[in-house]
Amino acid sequence: MKYVDEFRDPRVISRVAREIARTVDPARRYRVMEVCGGHTHSIYRHGLRDVLPENIELIHGPGCPVCVLPTGRVDDGLTIADRDDTILTCFGDMMRVPGTKGTPLELKARGADIRMVYSPLDALKLAQQNPRKHVCFFSIGFETTAPSTALTILRAQALGVTNFSVFCNHVTIVPAMRAILDSPDMRIDGFVGPGHVSSITGCRPYEFIARDYGKPVVVSGFEPLDILESILMIVHQLHANEAKVENQYKRIVPWEGNVPALRAMLQVFELRPYFEWRGLGFISQSALAIRAELSAFDAERIFDIPGVRVTDPRGAQCGEVLKGVLKPPQCKLFATECNPEHPVGALMVSSEGACAAYYRYAMRAAVET
Amino acid sequence: MTVVHSARKTPRFADTQIEMAHGAGGLASRRLVEGLIAPYFSNPILQAYTDAATLSVGGKKIATTADGFVVSPLRFPGGSIGELAVNGTLNDLAVSAAKPLALMTTLILEAGLPAGTLETEIESMAIAARKAGVTIVGGDTKVVEHGKADGMYVTTFGIGELDERVTLDPATIRPGDKILLSGAIGAHGITILLARGELDLQADLVSDTRSVWPLVSALVEECAPGLRWMRDPTRGGVATSLNELVREVSDCGIAIFEECIPMHDAVRGACELLGLDPLHIANEGQFLAVVAPEYADAALAAVRGVAGGEGAVYVGEARAEPKRCVIGVNGYGGTRVIDMLVGDPLPRIC
Repeated sequence: MKYVDEFRDPRVISRVAREIARTVDPARRYRVMEVCGGHTHSIYRHGLRDVLPENIELIHGPGCPVCVLPTGRVDDGLTIADRDDTILTCFGDMMRVPGTKGTPLELKARGADIRMVYSPLDALKLAQQNPRKHVCFFSIGFETTAPSTALTILRAQALGVTNFSVFCNHVTIVPAMRAILDSPDMRIDGFVGPGHVSSITGCRPYEFIARDYGKPVVVSGFEPLDILESILMIVHQLHANEAKVENQYKRIVPWEGNVPALRAMLQVFELRPYFEWRGLGFISQSALAIRAELSAFDAERIFDIPGVRVTDPRGAQCGEVLKGVLKPPQCKLFATECNPEHPVGALMVSSEGACAAYYRYAMRAAVET
Repeated sequence: MTVVHSARKTPRFADTQIEMAHGAGGLASRRLVEGLIAPYFSNPILQAYTDAATLSVGGKKIATTADGFVVSPLRFPGGSIGELAVNGTLNDLAVSAAKPLALMTTLILEAGLPAGTLETEIESMAIAARKAGVTIVGGDTKVVEHGKADGMYVTTFGIGELDERVTLDPATIRPGDKILLSGAIGAHGITILLARGELDLQADLVSDTRSVWPLVSALVEECAPGLRWMRDPTRGGVATSLNELVREVSDCGIAIFEECIPMHDAVRGACELLGLDPLHIANEGQFLAVVAPEYADAALAAVRGVAGGEGAVYVGEARAEPKRCVIGVNGYGGTRVIDMLVGDPLPRIC
């Protein structure tokens, strides 16, 4: 399979792994945060821990959309599904995220009309097919998914569809990275930078990390070879006492980003003054809302959303894991009360969540620690 | 840090309602069966949790199995509900090393189902049964109101004659035993996913539904004493079947060589796109067998010698460590734990 096999070639991977092992200073620790949940998933899926030297520590970052969505927002969104005249749609990942009254999947089993879609455009199509119902799309995601939501709203407007709305939960990655960098318990030497997000935003938004915080950022692809190469590039920068933004994922990420996508986002969204992130708390200017002129498509303006705030479950240490202060198995609930079948925290829901990835692919490591 | 293995523990079923995941063949299904159903019917035959139940009648050992089919859509590339019902039942008998003899079937029909659709399915069942040399000797027919069933549901009961030369027992598996897979995986599950038409994906792919008895029969003839265990990896896929196996083994684990697992490019591509693990995708015409190493060559040759068995390969082995665990090993020495299917296989978004 093109663009996959080349990046999973065992011989090449072994060669890069050997080079990393040769390059690292055994007396030094390297704490590298992979920002994206996609990277976390890939690291476990492809067993990359096994080929990296012991003193390279991988810290799993906040780049998993369902993981950072606070329970209150889940509850808010699910109130829309309570109405008889409404179909709530969401991505598959969202279906198992627990709200206080259950997951969307459980509500669906009890009769709520909640449907999984693969794209917001599918939700719009559903609205056109069901003119007597209102179809709401529960949108989540970083800059990766925000443009498709924006384009869907613009298309709904162009088509004159009046029974479609979006419950907007899009967030932006840079403020979260800044929050982690400003956190007093931060101890990260470099970042494996977001891949898909950067295909939209480009690499410039990370320049402050190199400039102001002196940390290397290497924007990375998701295949095993991409991740290993990015780690090697970070190690090289650290050894040279450099801090710059580099682009390992050139086959997808243009340095300046995807201008038409950014333009669509700008046309549809504006920054919220602040937004709550699970585990990280309120972060200013970190999320997107639908502009007032498109309020006809904004579920938060159409429906009476309660604005629920729910504290994280007792004992769950999602925040510490998200910031990289704790490893998943160090959380009190890991693999006991909180497991992939009955997730307490969202990090256990998505296969991109650090805890679920850890649970699924590295239980053996957990047994040994 | 200690992590408790769930092996042998059967906690009461604590879920408050039935959800789709309880029927997906993975962890939730297992919990439902072991935690709610089995305790009431409690008996050693049932609680062996094999594909078919073994009964002794007049000194003769027979295998019995029951199955239900609720697939939607009723017809899909490569097969249909009727064909699936026959082959699925035959396969549960086959992997118990039982020669299928006869089937019964119950049809739950929805009012409004076109008679032509029903007839097509009955014909499919007849053809599949004839091909396998079994007879359909009875059953029942029920009709429910329109909207209460998805066109039609089929349940089956099958009976087969156990081959007494074979003893299938996971407890006999030793490090060094080989895991044989009869052919490419994932074709059925991905075909159904695409046939539902919810994804704008098209692929040149057909379900693998078939009876595996001809392959199993050849295997039994050649190396009955070397056969330790067999299973058809249907719902929940190869990963779930092997995880069920490692719960029963005494002193080893299973390693799968990820690069050796055969699959159609379309299956691989769809799984990559949708974020699914092919090892969790359902198959309807494949089986797994654990074979003693001294029979490894003969076993592979036997399966490959049968039409449709050419794609058989060894995909893994039993290892002393890690115990009661399925791991995947890739070409550069990276490992991962391969878990049972949790929930329905929902796609990741990015």
